[in-house]
Amino acid sequence: MANVSLGVPPTEKAIETEELGPVRRSTLSRQRLRAAWLFLLPMIVVLALVAGWPLLRTIWLSFTDATLDTIGTAEFVGFRNYWEYVDYGDGTGEYFGLLHDPAWWGSVWNTVYYASISVVLETILGLVFALVLNAEFKGRALVRAAVLIPWAIPTVVSAKMWAWMLNDQFGIINDMLMTLGIISSPVAWTANPDTAMWAVIMVDVWKTTPFMTLLILAGLQMVPGDVYEAAKIDGISPVKVFFKVTLPLIRPAILVAVIFRALDALRVFDLIYVLTPNNSQTKTMSVYAQENLFQFNQFAQGSAASTFLFLIIAFITLFYIKVARLEFGGGK
Amino acid sequence: MLTRKLIAALGMTVFAVPGAIAAEISIVSGSVGPDIAELRAQLDEFEKQSQHKVTIVEMPASTTDQFGQYRLWLSAQNADIDVYRTDVIWAGQLAQHFVDLTEPMKDVVGDHLPSVIASQTVNGKLVAFPMFTDAPALYYRTDLLEKYGKEPPKTWEELTATAKEIQDAERAAGNTGMNGFVFQGAPYEGLTCDALEWVASSGGGQIVSPEGDITINNPQAVAALEMAKGWVGTIAPAGVLAYQEEESRGVWQTGNAVFMRNWPYAYALGNGADSPIKGKFEAVPLPAGSGGSSAACLGGWNLAVSEYSQEKEAAIELVRFLAAPEQQKARALGNARLPTIPALYEDAEIKEKAPLVAAWGQVVAAAVPRPSAATQGQYNEVSQNFWTAVNETLAGRGDAASNLQRLESQLRRLKRNAWK
Repeated sequence: MANVSLGVPPTEKAIETEELGPVRRSTLSRQRLRAAWLFLLPMIVVLALVAGWPLLRTIWLSFTDATLDTIGTAEFVGFRNYWEYVDYGDGTGEYFGLLHDPAWWGSVWNTVYYASISVVLETILGLVFALVLNAEFKGRALVRAAVLIPWAIPTVVSAKMWAWMLNDQFGIINDMLMTLGIISSPVAWTANPDTAMWAVIMVDVWKTTPFMTLLILAGLQMVPGDVYEAAKIDGISPVKVFFKVTLPLIRPAILVAVIFRALDALRVFDLIYVLTPNNSQTKTMSVYAQENLFQFNQFAQGSAASTFLFLIIAFITLFYIKVARLEFGGGK
Repeated sequence: MLTRKLIAALGMTVFAVPGAIAAEISIVSGSVGPDIAELRAQLDEFEKQSQHKVTIVEMPASTTDQFGQYRLWLSAQNADIDVYRTDVIWAGQLAQHFVDLTEPMKDVVGDHLPSVIASQTVNGKLVAFPMFTDAPALYYRTDLLEKYGKEPPKTWEELTATAKEIQDAERAAGNTGMNGFVFQGAPYEGLTCDALEWVASSGGGQIVSPEGDITINNPQAVAALEMAKGWVGTIAPAGVLAYQEEESRGVWQTGNAVFMRNWPYAYALGNGADSPIKGKFEAVPLPAGSGGSSAACLGGWNLAVSEYSQEKEAAIELVRFLAAPEQQKARALGNARLPTIPALYEDAEIKEKAPLVAAWGQVVAAAVPRPSAATQGQYNEVSQNFWTAVNETLAGRGDAASNLQRLESQLRRLKRNAWK
């Protein structure tokens, strides 16, 4: 119970206990509301400047004929970057635009595939690691610190490091697998179209499982010990305790961790750009947008891709929050 | 130490040549092999002569990575970089951001190869000035070819057969790491070069003709790509699909390949003091395809002065210095970089100490340019579509015929009515 009362702001409690009249109460709450807005204002302004303005500008540019050199003088062209029918004048014609580009839909599929598999693997592994690290054992502090190392290495560095470890000629992975007799000849992990995406997923799992572990471990430490003691006294099996007690209690932590990870995974760029550059098997939405924006002379279409990237991520996030909340309601 | 530096700096300012004001300029350059170390040495020389101070901003080896960053800087009118080292294919795409060098270089422009100068001229504007040119070679191991009684191959078929025979025999003899042939198969600009050579040497054209017609979907090109596809996993390691220049040189220079396609810079490095294959290899022009003749992709790097530089005069001075015969000669001797000044191919010292460079004069003269002029601002997209189609063919995703068919329709979509 101590936990719960801590969560309630003390002023509200004071208002209730002092039994003040309705007039005074509303003045107070109005004052508090005003103060709250005042405190929030700097953050709203900063957010509008660093997130709102670039976002609106990107959406605007996706409706123009902008190239990187003519951003200032771009002119409105409607939906042409998304959808356009070009009549060749001889009875034939063709559809153009982002929504008619197979490369775009390929990258959408790659992104969703990558994000769902890597996040599921990271969640399961993170949960296992968190349970282990939550148990009491000798040297736990050391192991907890050691687990964080992959997360602490910058992505570009770890991607390059893995690129060399996965190298077909000099890579340690091929060397180990061949010594163990698992494969007979070296595999070009990052070049082979069948393994390229799995190489990316594996490196991502290696890197971000510690992040999931950390968030879930924080959730585990909030679970009061007396719940377990009660379960022990009642003679409930550990498996049942995990599914009936631990999992429901740490569920909010897991849900938050998953949404953090999913948002990151859907925007993935650096890992793929360094580990498997230009490989059409691993090209994600962000990579597609970057290519059009900076490599090709297609700034407007790149903006359209960025706009869609934003819409897709927003849609998935809203959907997820809705589903997660619904389950919450049902659970209670 | 610091005080000494300070005094030295003060001395420089006080005793600087009258009229020349010391400027601080920066040059951005990608790096393959010892490029940066060599550039630094030449810049030190320049600093001594001119009193200017030059810093290098180092970029990754991949031309594709460099281009994205440079375009961004230039579009943002970044004044921090004064001189850019630019790829031969960029002139059309970045022309508006660079200073016209026609006037400042008019006294020396005649010394350089007209084809290289033409490749850097966009609508009469000399966008960049040549630093060195490039045309690849087929490297082969003299010791291995001698051991098995083979001649350097003249055609791709000969190369395939010789590579297979030597690779298999060497592997059977316990040298399990041996590969027949390494090249650049990663999906990036380098693969466009490699594949253009296979196609052009088989009489399959240049992807897009100089007039702008899309010519890539033809039987010779299909045959050339099928031939290359047959190499992957047989004479070339499967990982070649992720190799750029330095990865292939890594396999080659550790003694694990019979043949390699690479630029001349690998010649100097292969003969370095610590190289296991020192003195055991030679280079010849690339093989020809069936019914075609040898084709080398025209590469090379140039120097461009940013329109947004605050120190344009000093920057032009630097470009002039780095493109001068002395510096080109030093690069030819030290790093086997090909000069853009025809007279240097007759230079006695180069002939003696860098025979590959001297012999490459005619290869450069006959080199095949990539279709960057014809496709203008859309070249990068054309090239990316091409290398993706080639890489997928090599990786076994679809056959050459259907991939080139798809490429043709992609390029047609890109072009619409005209390249722009």
